[in-house]
Amino acid sequence: MNRLRLWLLAVGGAGLAALLVAACLDLPGFGGRRHPYGDRAVQASLARHTANTISSVNFDQRAYDTLGEMSILFAAVLGCVVLLRQARDEHRDRPEPAEVARPVRRYALLVLPVALVTGLYVVAHGQLSPGGGFQGGVVAATALHLLYLGADYGALERVRPLGVYETSDAVAVCAYLVLGLASVLAGTAFLANTLLPYGTFNTLSSGGTVPLLNAAIGMEVASAVVVLLAHFLDQAVEIEEEQGS
Amino acid sequence: MSDAVIVVVLLLVAACATAAVVQRDPARQALVLSVLGVLLAALFTVLQAPDVGLSQLAVGSALTPLLIMLCVRKIRRRGRPKEDAR
Repeated sequence: MNRLRLWLLAVGGAGLAALLVAACLDLPGFGGRRHPYGDRAVQASLARHTANTISSVNFDQRAYDTLGEMSILFAAVLGCVVLLRQARDEHRDRPEPAEVARPVRRYALLVLPVALVTGLYVVAHGQLSPGGGFQGGVVAATALHLLYLGADYGALERVRPLGVYETSDAVAVCAYLVLGLASVLAGTAFLANTLLPYGTFNTLSSGGTVPLLNAAIGMEVASAVVVLLAHFLDQAVEIEEEQGS
Repeated sequence: MSDAVIVVVLLLVAACATAAVVQRDPARQALVLSVLGVLLAALFTVLQAPDVGLSQLAVGSALTPLLIMLCVRKIRRRGRPKEDAR
């Protein structure tokens, strides 16, 4: 049985290796000058006044892919919430206020607002500079958890009403879908960026629906990360198994 | 010049990834993983992909190690007797 498994693994591994080598042989050279796909993507993004081509690809040219990625994150967080819920043989213990070293507290409380604003800045400027809803959302959500380092879990729980974040996660997913459907109602394709004026190049309101979709993703990712970390923290800090189980 | 930077960062990434595999304690592995995340973000930035670099910085060096640390803590607490659990 064990031998058979090893054989199966060897055959699968060899097949994968052969395919990877074949694919790598056909790749264009490293750092070449010709980028046919890149040139077309840049042209399309400039035509729609979006300064950050990556955002244009994510929220305009391939907005449908982003819808899929957003659904993956949403479903994954939903699965974690279901798995990490408080089971019948577990109970909640109030965590005791913990002693925090002074430099840690000072540093965490100093960096928290800076990190939070950085995250929001990255979300807001997704259509202009590197970054966007996903990156900024993760930064903003993790910044909030500096409060757990700087103070304790009780303080974090007070500024983080979980229900609000769960609701805003769902609302953001709906907002993305509604924006997509709006272009259908306007007579074009689902998630087509033809609804709004494209605005002046390199300003916050440029790019048509790109900033709106970007903001929806930012809200979704930030809330999803907060909810995810909240359930992991609950398990790690509060939820105890019953004795003798 | 930029080739030299790429080679240096690639070597650092390889060294750090090896360190993460060699290290057997999951909590320390999470810390090494976080350093690896920063190095990978630097690599992506040097290769002119700052968007991916930012994602890597946020997810690979902050979120993933944090989730691993929380899991380790939960599992260790479960193994310990109740009175000295924190």
